[in-house]
Amino acid sequence: MESSLFKYVWQHTRRDQVWILIIVILSMPTYFLALDLPKQIVNGPVQGRGFESADATSIFLNISFNVPDWVSKTGEFVVFSGFELERIDMLITLSLIFLLLVCINGYFKFYINLFKGKIGERTLRRLRFELIDRVLRFPNAHFQRVKAPEVASMVKDEVEPLGQFIGDTFVQPVFLGGQAATAMFFILSQSLWLGSIAATIVVVQAILIPWLRRPLITLAKQRQITTRAFAGRIGEIVDGISEIHLNDTSNYERAELSGRLGDIYYIRFALYKRRFFLKFLNNFLSQITPFLFYLIGGYFAVTGRLDIGQLVAVIAAYKELPSPIAELIRWDQSRLNVQVKFTSVIEQFAPEHMVDPVVQEPTKGPIAPLTGDISVANLTVLDDTGSKLIDRTSFEAPLGEKIAVVGELNSGAEAICDTLAGLLRPETGSVRIASQSLEELPESVTGRRISYIGQRTYLPQASIKDSLLYGLKHISEPPEVYEAFGGHNSKLVHDEIIASGTIPLVATTDWIDYQAAGIDNQKYLDTRILSVTETVGLSEDIYDLGLRGTVDPADQPEIARKIIEARRVLRNQLKEPPFSQLVEPFDPEKYNPQETIAENLLFGSAVGPQFAKENLATNKYLIDTLDSTSLRASLFEMGKKIAETVVELFADLPAGHPFFEQLSFMDAEEIPDYRTALARVSSMSIDQVNAADIAQFLKLTFSYVEPRHRLRLLDEDAQNRIIETRAKFRENLPATLIGSIEFYDPETYNSASNLEANILFGRIAYGIAEGPARVREAIQRVVDELQLRNEIFSVGLNYNVGTGGKRLSPVQQQKIALARVLLKQPDIVIGNKPYAAFDKQSRIASIEKLLEFAKGKVGGQKPFGLFLAVSEPDLAEKFDRVLVFEDGVLIEQGKPDELKQKNGKFAELLATG
Amino acid sequence: MALEDEVSVLRRNPLFAEISPTKLKLLAFTSERIAYSEGQDLFRMGDPSDSAYVIINGTADALIDTPDGEIVVAQFEKNAFVGEIGILCDVPRTATIRAKSPLETLKISKEQFLQLLAEFPDAAIEVMRVLADRLTNTTAELTQARKKIQELESR
Repeated sequence: MESSLFKYVWQHTRRDQVWILIIVILSMPTYFLALDLPKQIVNGPVQGRGFESADATSIFLNISFNVPDWVSKTGEFVVFSGFELERIDMLITLSLIFLLLVCINGYFKFYINLFKGKIGERTLRRLRFELIDRVLRFPNAHFQRVKAPEVASMVKDEVEPLGQFIGDTFVQPVFLGGQAATAMFFILSQSLWLGSIAATIVVVQAILIPWLRRPLITLAKQRQITTRAFAGRIGEIVDGISEIHLNDTSNYERAELSGRLGDIYYIRFALYKRRFFLKFLNNFLSQITPFLFYLIGGYFAVTGRLDIGQLVAVIAAYKELPSPIAELIRWDQSRLNVQVKFTSVIEQFAPEHMVDPVVQEPTKGPIAPLTGDISVANLTVLDDTGSKLIDRTSFEAPLGEKIAVVGELNSGAEAICDTLAGLLRPETGSVRIASQSLEELPESVTGRRISYIGQRTYLPQASIKDSLLYGLKHISEPPEVYEAFGGHNSKLVHDEIIASGTIPLVATTDWIDYQAAGIDNQKYLDTRILSVTETVGLSEDIYDLGLRGTVDPADQPEIARKIIEARRVLRNQLKEPPFSQLVEPFDPEKYNPQETIAENLLFGSAVGPQFAKENLATNKYLIDTLDSTSLRASLFEMGKKIAETVVELFADLPAGHPFFEQLSFMDAEEIPDYRTALARVSSMSIDQVNAADIAQFLKLTFSYVEPRHRLRLLDEDAQNRIIETRAKFRENLPATLIGSIEFYDPETYNSASNLEANILFGRIAYGIAEGPARVREAIQRVVDELQLRNEIFSVGLNYNVGTGGKRLSPVQQQKIALARVLLKQPDIVIGNKPYAAFDKQSRIASIEKLLEFAKGKVGGQKPFGLFLAVSEPDLAEKFDRVLVFEDGVLIEQGKPDELKQKNGKFAELLATG
Repeated sequence: MALEDEVSVLRRNPLFAEISPTKLKLLAFTSERIAYSEGQDLFRMGDPSDSAYVIINGTADALIDTPDGEIVVAQFEKNAFVGEIGILCDVPRTATIRAKSPLETLKISKEQFLQLLAEFPDAAIEVMRVLADRLTNTTAELTQARKKIQELESR
């Protein structure tokens, strides 16, 4: 990659830079005209020069050449003799022209800024893309040394200032340099002496300032590296946060980070000191010139060696000089800054042994299956420190064979698998798969025909479906229609991609290689996913996630409709005993005894914090509604009774008594507060009690469920009034709160609740043995009856697995990894001690299952080869062939039975387990 | 049924007779009410023991698994306390308890029960008494059974 910013910018924006320069030059005449015009307006029509008599006229728009002053009528060559205009007309005309010039200048300015912004941002897009492209081509070993947040901060933040600079890279120095040179030339032409003085000062500035500025480069670089490392440390803290808590090192981390912040501060401060000193010096030098002009020029003028007009002209001309020079210096400053950033970023993106771009080239059409042998010849693999992981090893084996690799820890068994998967780089020797060198095999072949199962699976944050299909996303042809690029004008979007030199592929098109998955098109995809997940035992998990998932009825009206149907069927079934006691359905007209009082009042699912449980007692709208039905006083009284009971029962218990665990109304620490609050309010009517106390007691009432707490607080009258309040609450809900609650409605899908809750649409009764299990069974039956399973499964497929798949259990993650392998139908699966996170028993079971898949024995799965490092030697007996490694050397190979009889290392490993 | 009713049921059990009404109310308050329909198991023989049950209403059978199938070994009525052996000795359930009619119970967790015994020696003595009673009965039954076997063998 080009390491000089100038060359890089010139290489990619040459045409744009020249164009913007032309535009800048074109904008100059109108700019100067606009500066000149006010003088003419004031001198001409306003002050009346040329309009001495009342009906005098003046000539407007006279175009003639060889005329020093255009008002003069002595021109020799007249292109256009102009209009004759009266004084007021002239004023209006000139003013209108002024307005026109202002518009033209404004437009030029707008166009230039926009264009500069465009080429800056475009180049930034190109640069960032190139950097990411390089990250994708880093050799695997390099990732052991880089920190993700550092790479992210380089690609995102450190190149950012380039965007603003790129538009000015060439225009600014040319333009400002031109301005400065013109002013300089004018001064020199007026007075050689004074001109020389001005020129000398400028030269001193031009040499001294950059020289003094040199340490700034070092400081800027230091600052960049320090902030980058800081980003890296923050990333480390986030990744290792549990270690910090577990080791009580949070204060150590604070100190460490504070130290780093200090470093950044002092570097910045040193930068400021130097930068502002330079600014001062620069200003001083600029002011020195007029001082010398007044002193020396004044002396010459007084002594008569310079006429006063000349001195005034020189001083006036000098006024024009400092601003372009100051601008130039500022430009140079940012050039320096940006150049430092650019090189220091580029350096980080050029490690050794980068993957050849050819290897990752997008390909067209299907990839033929791999056939033939795995052949390893004289292979040596080194680790980071240079010690040998594999030492001059050779072997050959057919691709379709089931091969187990065994050996003690770090014997080379793990390394050979990683080398075959291309994760480790051969130092010497060759690895050939299907008679092609592994290093030259394009990723389109290795990535599609070979699968790898590591000790851990990394799942990027995506839906389960996307995670499963990740291994199939390699249809990489540029779309044929521009529409695929999206946006308002897809052709422009496409052209911009070409102009910025990124890749003309679109992530939103269908990337799935259906053929590789063994199906014809998208129609069969879900069926295929279902059958594969069933095979690996993941479909039940996905179904359960689906039940706990939500759908947006606007997006998936069909599912919502079916769920409502299921609700209806379930409700009919639940009407019959013994189910009738199990569930208390939501009925707008009835008090639901299995729900809390608050739930009965709201009769809906809270969305967001407004009506969240902990905020209810202080929610103004709810309280006002309670007042309107005068329910608040009764609920307050109930709260008092609950508090009295709790205080009476629990007051004497020592802290930590197991009974406190069963107390749902309040924490043990709150009991004394309630006791004092009770004493405070006992003799008051509700009007005298302050709002905070009322809220405190209402909180208790709100969480009261009669069948659970059995305090006999709710009589029929209270229940009826709650129903009445519920209706009012819903009716008068202010517009601002409409999004905060989704009311229950028997006939509509509740998008704030999950599928299961939507089907159930009620509360499972308290205190009935095995109630929840029996209800779940009932739901299951309804789902099967209505054939809703596939829909719920598809909702489960949309479940987000979380960052790194953390919302799934390790077993589920591994199942996804396996399902992904099976979906892809590879020719060979390489595994480096897979399922290491499992206990031994499930690990053995999983590998045995994988072996069965490989033999093509399950669910119409195509057979594939296996090359597996296994921890249990007795597992290896089930494979076709065993490779035994010791100290990086292959010491035995052959059929497991033969090796067993040989009484060699394999027999020894088997004996020791 | 409300807390007060549960308290009165508890009081009628000799185990809890000496415990103050407030404490019993607390016990009821912190315990779960569970209803069973006829034929449902409260727990099965061999299950881990985590709680005991006070029968508030209905009857239940105690059954044990034998090679010839399940045999009813005892019957529990209202006010009875079942499942205490398991939580006292920390052993798996020694029998299956099955609802013979619709059954209402109060489930008392192991921690609650042990805490209660620690605080009320009277209750602990009562438990001992009940267990000793049962032991006496069992011993008597055993002696009888042995006698029967001897008689059968000597024939």
